[in-house]
Amino acid sequence: MTRYSFLEVAKNAFSAHKNWGRQWRSPEPKPAYDVIIIGAGGHGLATAYYLAKVHGITNVAVLDKGWLGGGNTGRNTTIVRSNYLWEESARLYQHALDLWDGLSQELNYNVMYSQRGVMMLAHTVHDIQVFKRHIHANRLAGVTNEWLSAEEAKEFCPPLNIDKNIRYPVMGAALQRVGGTARHDAVAWGYARGASAMGVDIIQNCAVTGIRRAPTGEVTGVETTRGFIGAKKIGCVAAGNTSVVMAMAGLKLPLESNPLQALVSEPVKPAFPCVVMSNTIHAYISQSDKGELVIGAGTDQFVSYSQAGGLHITTHTLDAICELFPMFRRMRMLRNWGGIVDNTPDRSPIIGLTPVPGLYLNCGWGTGGFKATPGSGHVFAHTIATGAPHPVNAPFSLDRFRTGRLIDEAAAAAVAH
Amino acid sequence: MSAHSQNSTQSTRLAHGGRIDRSRTLQFSFDGKVMQAHPGDTLASALIANGVHLVGRSFKYHRPRGILTAGSEEPNALVGVYRHGDQTPNLRATQVEVYEGLMAISQNRYPSLDFDVGAINDVLSPLFPAGFYYKTFMWPKAFWDKVYEPVIRAAAGLGKPPKLADPDHYANLYAHCDVLVIGSGPAGLAAALSASETGARVILCDEQAEMGGSLLSETGSTIEGLPAADWVAATLATLAQRDNVTLLPRTTAFGYFVQNFIALAERVTDHLAQPDANLPRERMWQVRARQVVIAAGAHERPMVFPENDRPGILLASAGRTYLNRYGAAAGRRVLVTTACDSAWAAAFDLADAGVEVVAIADMRATPPEPLREAAARRGIRVEAACVVTGTSGRLRVSKAMLGRLRNDGSVVSAGDVTCDAILMSSGWTPSVSLYSQSRGKVVWNAEHEAFLPGASVQRERSAGSCRGVNGLAAVLEDGYAAGEQAAEAATGAARKGGRLTATGGEASTGGYLGALPHDRNAGRVKAFVDYQNDVTAKDVQLAVREGMMSIEHIKRYTTTGMATDQGRLSNMNALAIASGALGAPLPQVGLTTFRLPYSPTTFGTFAGSSRGDAFDPVRRTPSHDWVVAKGGVFEDVGQWKRTWYFPQGSEDMHAAVARECRVTRQSVGQFDASTLGKIEVVGKDAAEFLERFYTNPWKGLKPGRCRYAVLLNEAGYIIDDGVVGRLADDRFHVTTTTGGAARVFAMMEDFLQTEWPDLDVWITSTTEQYAVIAVQGPKAREVIAPFVEGIDLSNAAFPHMSVASGRFAGLPCRLFRVSFTGELGFEVNVPARHGAKVWELINAEVVKQGGCVYGTETMHVLRAEKGYIIIGQETDGTVTPDDAGLDWAIGKKKFDFVGKRSLSRPDLVAKGRKQVVGLLPVDPKQMLEEGAQITAEANPAKGTPALGHVTSAYWSEALGRTIALAIVKDGRARHGEVLNVPMPAGAVPVKVVDPVMYDPEGTRLNG
Amino acid sequence: MLLISCPYCGVERPETEFRYGGEAHIARPADPSQLNDEEWAQFLYMRTNTRGLYAERWRHAHGCGRFFNAVRDTVSDKFVCTYKAGEPKPDLDALARASQEKDAR
Repeated sequence: MTRYSFLEVAKNAFSAHKNWGRQWRSPEPKPAYDVIIIGAGGHGLATAYYLAKVHGITNVAVLDKGWLGGGNTGRNTTIVRSNYLWEESARLYQHALDLWDGLSQELNYNVMYSQRGVMMLAHTVHDIQVFKRHIHANRLAGVTNEWLSAEEAKEFCPPLNIDKNIRYPVMGAALQRVGGTARHDAVAWGYARGASAMGVDIIQNCAVTGIRRAPTGEVTGVETTRGFIGAKKIGCVAAGNTSVVMAMAGLKLPLESNPLQALVSEPVKPAFPCVVMSNTIHAYISQSDKGELVIGAGTDQFVSYSQAGGLHITTHTLDAICELFPMFRRMRMLRNWGGIVDNTPDRSPIIGLTPVPGLYLNCGWGTGGFKATPGSGHVFAHTIATGAPHPVNAPFSLDRFRTGRLIDEAAAAAVAH
Repeated sequence: MSAHSQNSTQSTRLAHGGRIDRSRTLQFSFDGKVMQAHPGDTLASALIANGVHLVGRSFKYHRPRGILTAGSEEPNALVGVYRHGDQTPNLRATQVEVYEGLMAISQNRYPSLDFDVGAINDVLSPLFPAGFYYKTFMWPKAFWDKVYEPVIRAAAGLGKPPKLADPDHYANLYAHCDVLVIGSGPAGLAAALSASETGARVILCDEQAEMGGSLLSETGSTIEGLPAADWVAATLATLAQRDNVTLLPRTTAFGYFVQNFIALAERVTDHLAQPDANLPRERMWQVRARQVVIAAGAHERPMVFPENDRPGILLASAGRTYLNRYGAAAGRRVLVTTACDSAWAAAFDLADAGVEVVAIADMRATPPEPLREAAARRGIRVEAACVVTGTSGRLRVSKAMLGRLRNDGSVVSAGDVTCDAILMSSGWTPSVSLYSQSRGKVVWNAEHEAFLPGASVQRERSAGSCRGVNGLAAVLEDGYAAGEQAAEAATGAARKGGRLTATGGEASTGGYLGALPHDRNAGRVKAFVDYQNDVTAKDVQLAVREGMMSIEHIKRYTTTGMATDQGRLSNMNALAIASGALGAPLPQVGLTTFRLPYSPTTFGTFAGSSRGDAFDPVRRTPSHDWVVAKGGVFEDVGQWKRTWYFPQGSEDMHAAVARECRVTRQSVGQFDASTLGKIEVVGKDAAEFLERFYTNPWKGLKPGRCRYAVLLNEAGYIIDDGVVGRLADDRFHVTTTTGGAARVFAMMEDFLQTEWPDLDVWITSTTEQYAVIAVQGPKAREVIAPFVEGIDLSNAAFPHMSVASGRFAGLPCRLFRVSFTGELGFEVNVPARHGAKVWELINAEVVKQGGCVYGTETMHVLRAEKGYIIIGQETDGTVTPDDAGLDWAIGKKKFDFVGKRSLSRPDLVAKGRKQVVGLLPVDPKQMLEEGAQITAEANPAKGTPALGHVTSAYWSEALGRTIALAIVKDGRARHGEVLNVPMPAGAVPVKVVDPVMYDPEGTRLNG
Repeated sequence: MLLISCPYCGVERPETEFRYGGEAHIARPADPSQLNDEEWAQFLYMRTNTRGLYAERWRHAHGCGRFFNAVRDTVSDKFVCTYKAGEPKPDLDALARASQEKDAR
């Protein structure tokens, strides 16, 4: 693997950039692997990377029905933060945040992790109570999160409208300064490059059509559009399509797949310094390094695999953006797209074992999976390699839906983005 | 060629021709320079008429850029336009209509367009190939946030963002039609004509100011015996007269959603110098169309040759449009270079208008004979098998290098030509964006070398050149037939089978995809594929070299196709270059998804009138106006405005709440509880229904009595509570929380309709039927007694938890004796329309008794002193009845109720659950913060699991100290224990107590 | 925005009049106490979440207020049919075959 650096770019400039090698290999599938990961999104590629890097398991294939990073990884609003309410969640997302810090250097790929701060607006007395609860819980858990008055919020984000006379005035905000954004494609590509260099086969345009099991129940491999590929361990990281894949193994899951939309404006000069989220009036906004305002919209109410949502959802989001930032009313939407998010009843992910021996599951990230990418891959690799969950993901078992030990971020009115 | 007049700035405006109104001259400015134009001009046509081509700087390399197109796909001529003292960025000069006093500025340059320091990037460009930023800026780590990213961010972005709140307003309307026709070129006009002839309701929209599309730039063609432009005028007049036709110019169909739902954005006032303040700036039309005819036309492709981006280099069709439609010549010495026939027409029109055409360089070895003859007649030099291999000129093209294509594909120099403009055409790409948005799958057509619409997925059909139909007569026929078919499909109207005759506008043959061959050092020259994002042919090749095999990866890695034209100009060329680099057939490389909006669409247009108070409906209680007059402070609870507290004089919130609490407990307080949800549950099986729905037993409840009710979700957690009063055997008055009203009602309906349809029960939401005024305090009875008729208010006849119907101040009334304060209390339910009057009547009595009005904050304090929970404060969706100390509210003998089974799940019966307790800070003046965590240790180590958290914290005026409620692990077993609330300034020791902290015997309640 | 045909009102109305109700034909057990924790979790949480034809519940919340069922293709978002609560679940496989045959024609 060529080490990337400014010097390397300069050196290649002399040869008109004709000597750059491939960032990842595109091999034909082998008959069998030690581990097969279904889904070459950020989480799946990170899992493969850490399987090779941390556990020395390099005989790994990552299969994807399309192109790597083509699902939710390339469709989200790239927000990174860890200020979740429950201790279990905060630990999981903080584990990811710790890995984000230094990920560019770890991968030798600039994922542009930008700690510009994530600010969550409170519009009601109830919001204030909820956010303060988060802040106190986070402080105890060692997760940074602080309270700002409306005036302090405006100082941190000058375009913010803190007029007391708007329909839902800003009453304050919770700020996680170490939160921010990262370049979503680069995360997938960086993990793909790193994993590929260690021997992981990334096989694109290879859809899984069946999961083969031995008479004794354990998995033996997958049927794909490119033939049968054997493996004793299979990790499913298929996001919105998880239910479809797991049905092949006869499992029904606590998931519903919904369209989630996002949009960007035309690029403009720096106008917005941080990430602002308002759960109460449904708006999520930041500005990309390219200059586009990146805006997250809500989910449609119904199950859909169409990667397209309704106009009224976007409209509602832009209402809110224009109320909070009235100067953006004249900005224009450049692109609007949708992804398929897999939501669990408690809006927390499922990472762990399944009733089928050898079959592991990582799903249910809903609208907020991007931020967890490194942590999710890291603990899922541990789970697959050792056959038992990492302490960080142990609470996120499928079994919690039987016992009732839910990790209910939704009920706690936490924002799931 | 002669200038229009001696004084005019319009140096390249032709003396005749065009559709502009030459009788009037307008002044506008660009970068402060004042110039002249005519009504009908776009900013782009006016600039060209003024000899100005340099209009912007490119995104990455800051290269000088000129006007490339004459349409919404323009990648270079993005300008800021001033209005209301602020500027709107990134408007396409090709779409901005000139009005008197228009002020526009160029973008992405410093200090000026002519001299831009950012142009150093062009010199350093070898260091900035596609994706260079993924490989660099990683060291030292701290520099990303502090140095690299701020520099990158400042350099990126096109125009400057608006700074002021937008004073304009926007509108939104819904429309239904039989046939929506998108695009008013020849196919669209023909479709609208034939569809509307059947009587079908037709909407015809077009993004341009004037309808007619390519016909407005046509010369020499006739339709139905009329010159094309005259036929357009006649047809529009016909359509305008038809009541069943709506014409929407300046209206872009930007989104195609499922079930033939199409969103249109109409630009209403931007083109007006002095718009009527009552007009919206833009209007969104949400159209549900029975049938859609997409007549979106085709986009001309630029030729990808080295230095193809200098100002003065335009698409051939754009040069022709500026000439024929606006009377503006793109240059004085024009080179036309092409791979197809259509560009020749531009050369001929220019020559006919007196502009020097220095040559037509056609890359085909043998361009069609009739074209060569026509060129020869005009004395135009024709170079076959000839390509442009480079250009020069710093701020405007001044020279082109020509190359001869040899049979082996190599190129040899064929000399230079001096020119001040180059018109180019690689051929035409059918516009399949909207078809693709309709979820149709495009199909590669080898003959057309284009992706064309495949089968219709929705009730739509494409017509004309957007589906590869070529030549005026064929396009008209196709459009006419599409209109008839659409009308027939929509309304069943029989087709008449008419057709339109046309001459001229012959089909264009030829075309080329990808980068042109040349004899230059490929590693050193820049041939632009995507102008706006500065993506060159080399960048696409580099992406492929680095392993990007999917067009989606190539797009994301190089950013080709991600500019504001969404790749309309660049996609096919990029795809062909990628296909060549991959050695794979073009259709195998795939096509990126077409996303909405078709053209960038203003946020305000989406938001429409949803702003200010119209952002979300405001629900007001009957006392609202009275409270406003008295200076009460409101809080938002859902959509409701609820009174938070009533400051008197100089009181702050703390003082006001303390007084309200004190007065209420001493004498009486009055509170507007109208926001509580109310549901009338009626029917033979009403008690059975409630028995199954709520945790409590109901069958034994006597008419005239009420009971506190707890509602669980099926998972066993508390989601709502309220009071249920039994008015008769078959009639209950149910109350819910304010926020839960709609949810509980929907949940009741769900169970009644789908699980227990056998139950004879009817439910009705009565939340807005009643004003509910709570009167609480020792003097409560005295306050209401004067108004009550027909109800004996004595303790014996009407004890705590009673309900009765009667009259109140002469009005029908339901009176509850209930208390959420721990005091003697009543809730007066009267018809909402009389609520304001009753509120004032009661208030007069309250004042007489020395009482006061109170708001939600006081209500919260008083109930906390009594240990009453609030849903959403003590509960958070994870709290069971036992956790909340409400085990007594469960009907244990009941066969079943919603959530019962879940209460025996392992985690819900596990040891160590968090339970509601009271907390008394050891220092009675120390106020706790709601949400603060609770630990055993005073200085817990990071990561210590919390024992619980403070759910409510107040100053208790009655107890003369601070109090709190909390949920704490094993809380009920900890009464008397001292725990800690660790805060940044140090831990606060707190004693765990029973949540009922005031009047635990309940004597006041029964007073 | 979907256009939904309410089987009670007999008219098509925009989606904003309706509330989604999740997967259809999951009947609440007559006696939940008879279910073990695993079975109860299946009832509470597990959903087929089908990619393709899906039987789902809607409520015409801002119309007649009735709950009804629909079969919709979750890939194209096209409704195959809507029907009243209490009517039997259509044979989704047969509907899928019919729709494929229709597309083939």
